[in-house]
Amino acid sequence: METSTVNNNFKSEEYFINMGPQHPATHGVLRLLLTIDGETIKKVEPDLGYIHRSIEKMCERDSYQQIVHLTDRMDYLSSNINNEAVCLAVENALQIEVPDRVKVIRTIIGELTRIASHNLWWGVMGMDVGALTTYFYAFRDREMINDIFEETCGARLTMNYNIPGGLMFDIHPNFVKRVKEFIAHFKTKLPEYDTLLTNNVIFQKRMRGVGMLSKEDAISYGASGPVGRGSGYSCDVRKLHPYSALDKVTFNEALRTEGDSFARYEVRIQEMWESMSIVEQLIDNIPEGDYKVETNAVIKLPKGEFYQKVETARGELGVYIISTGTKNPYRLKFRSPGFSNLSLLNHIAVGGKIGDLVASMATLDLVIPDIDR
Amino acid sequence: MNLSLSITKNIHDWLFNMMPETAASLTEMTLIATVYLAVFAVTGLFLVLLERKVAAWFQLRLGPNRVGPWGLLQTMADALKLVSKELTGTVNADKFLYNLAPYFVIITALMALAVLPFSGEFQAFDINIGIFFLIAISSIGVIGILLAGWSSNNKFALIGAMRSGVQTISYELSVGLSLLTVILITGTLQLSEIVEVQRNGWLIVQGHIPAIFAFMIYMISGTAETNRAPFDLVEAESELGAGFHTEYSGMKFAYFFLAEFINMFIIASIATTIFFGAWLSPFGITESLPWLGVFWFLGKTLVLVFLMMWFRWTFPRLRIDQLLTLEWKYLLPLNLMNLVLMAIIVWLNLTIQF
Repeated sequence: METSTVNNNFKSEEYFINMGPQHPATHGVLRLLLTIDGETIKKVEPDLGYIHRSIEKMCERDSYQQIVHLTDRMDYLSSNINNEAVCLAVENALQIEVPDRVKVIRTIIGELTRIASHNLWWGVMGMDVGALTTYFYAFRDREMINDIFEETCGARLTMNYNIPGGLMFDIHPNFVKRVKEFIAHFKTKLPEYDTLLTNNVIFQKRMRGVGMLSKEDAISYGASGPVGRGSGYSCDVRKLHPYSALDKVTFNEALRTEGDSFARYEVRIQEMWESMSIVEQLIDNIPEGDYKVETNAVIKLPKGEFYQKVETARGELGVYIISTGTKNPYRLKFRSPGFSNLSLLNHIAVGGKIGDLVASMATLDLVIPDIDR
Repeated sequence: MNLSLSITKNIHDWLFNMMPETAASLTEMTLIATVYLAVFAVTGLFLVLLERKVAAWFQLRLGPNRVGPWGLLQTMADALKLVSKELTGTVNADKFLYNLAPYFVIITALMALAVLPFSGEFQAFDINIGIFFLIAISSIGVIGILLAGWSSNNKFALIGAMRSGVQTISYELSVGLSLLTVILITGTLQLSEIVEVQRNGWLIVQGHIPAIFAFMIYMISGTAETNRAPFDLVEAESELGAGFHTEYSGMKFAYFFLAEFINMFIIASIATTIFFGAWLSPFGITESLPWLGVFWFLGKTLVLVFLMMWFRWTFPRLRIDQLLTLEWKYLLPLNLMNLVLMAIIVWLNLTIQF
């Protein structure tokens, strides 16, 4: 590590600073122990545990239907996709084939959730680099998705819409109409995001060449989602192991090879376009049929180990269930995307300035309850 | 006889008839200072409200609209709240410097107002080195920020203060040089005379190309001087919490806050005075009504203030090294070349005069 000594008479000294757990840029209760020399970051140590709720332990106590509700509280911005992960795991273990209608609706809801999540990320991304207006632009569009969810399942954040065997309710009669309205609206508004932030010269200077992550490092750190794909690591679970109705649609995996903050930014912007295209392909022909298959009131998984992974807005979420044949899992482990992505932070932030740390951290799109569980 | 001039003259005569000369002068100074203090405290509050409204327009919101008609009394209410709040401080702060810092910032901000020519008659202090005085005063404010950051015993505040020091010292060069460029046309530093020169056309027109460059450089570095976005590294919210004023509360915080807005007003006022003919109306359309000068001055200033607000609500923030690169590698050389260009233009008499 090079020292910032201008000449030999000038002595520089490292100092230590606590960033968080209450800090605007850590997006929750993450504490970063920074070692800094002037403005240059020497070391970043994330300190977790401020929002630990022992969700995995609680899962051992709960029935499978109840576990679904806990997953909302992990990555609350991809709550529908988290729900889906547990439901798919349970359905695969029970070998239930859900109706096509359920599959299509799950995919539509999942992609809408992804758009909403990336939307919020884009808003706070702007705030983290000092452009405060982005937040309100993002929320204007995110509200429309939340309204759709509210109408369909009564919730705006913690949805609980998926249950093992299908959906809790059928979609609202307005659902198709409103989703189409949203897509039409968002197609005109997403280019605004580029004119406001992406094409801004200051923003590009802040993002390009900052927070470099090579493909090898991305893989060895277990990066997934837009963080991995920004480094050219093709890791989209939707492509590699399609679930629900994702095998019926065509979409491009957003991939960049630069590996800097701007690449991760571009991946998410492109993913919003791709998600819109997925929703468009499915929304016009939602198959008729039941919205769920009846399961036993008490679900007992067969003895064994079951793994299901899905692509949340942040990356690969894995659900690993060990069942002993009772109504509760013996052990349930979530492989959360945020945890692996956070472990990268030291790697990409060292050598940069404090401003770079904040910008790089924003492109990792951390949701702390997802990391801490 | 002009109405406003006659009123001030009457007061002046009345005071000097009533008491000895020294006492009368002192009373007069106190009166003027009080008037300025009152007027600009309100101006500061108005600018805070304006900023919130402008921000709201940019951000698809309504902005303050509950207190008073159209939210006009919102900032008054905020100020009252801040006055009534407890002044908390850190235990290990350097108490003397900690308490001194906000006054440094607010007093320097208010002092600069003294020389601004709001109209032909409304100028408290018309010294022959007006521009020099403005630049000198506006650079003292940074001491207050440095003191605040240093004495609060808070590392975030310290980083903010150090950034402020680096930033203000760098951008002062550009502010000074860009003003100097235009001063070449006028040949005087006295603000009232600079305004008189502009009866033949505003300096941005008289100096055409180099003057427009100078104006652009001035607005960029002026924004940096006031520590506003995209140069708000001093209080970069997402990086440093609140920067140098993290440990301040109540009225002491309000002084910093108010000073920022008054400084913004001053930067815009200087631009108005130097580039846009201060209180002179365009083409002299209201020459016969000199008291309208105040409105012309405030109107032009508010347009520039709006421009600075526009910057703030659209641009992301620069990084500290980019900030310094911009100044030392781009603005400063450009400014020096611009100065030479202006000198050539003045020398060859290529200025545009009406």
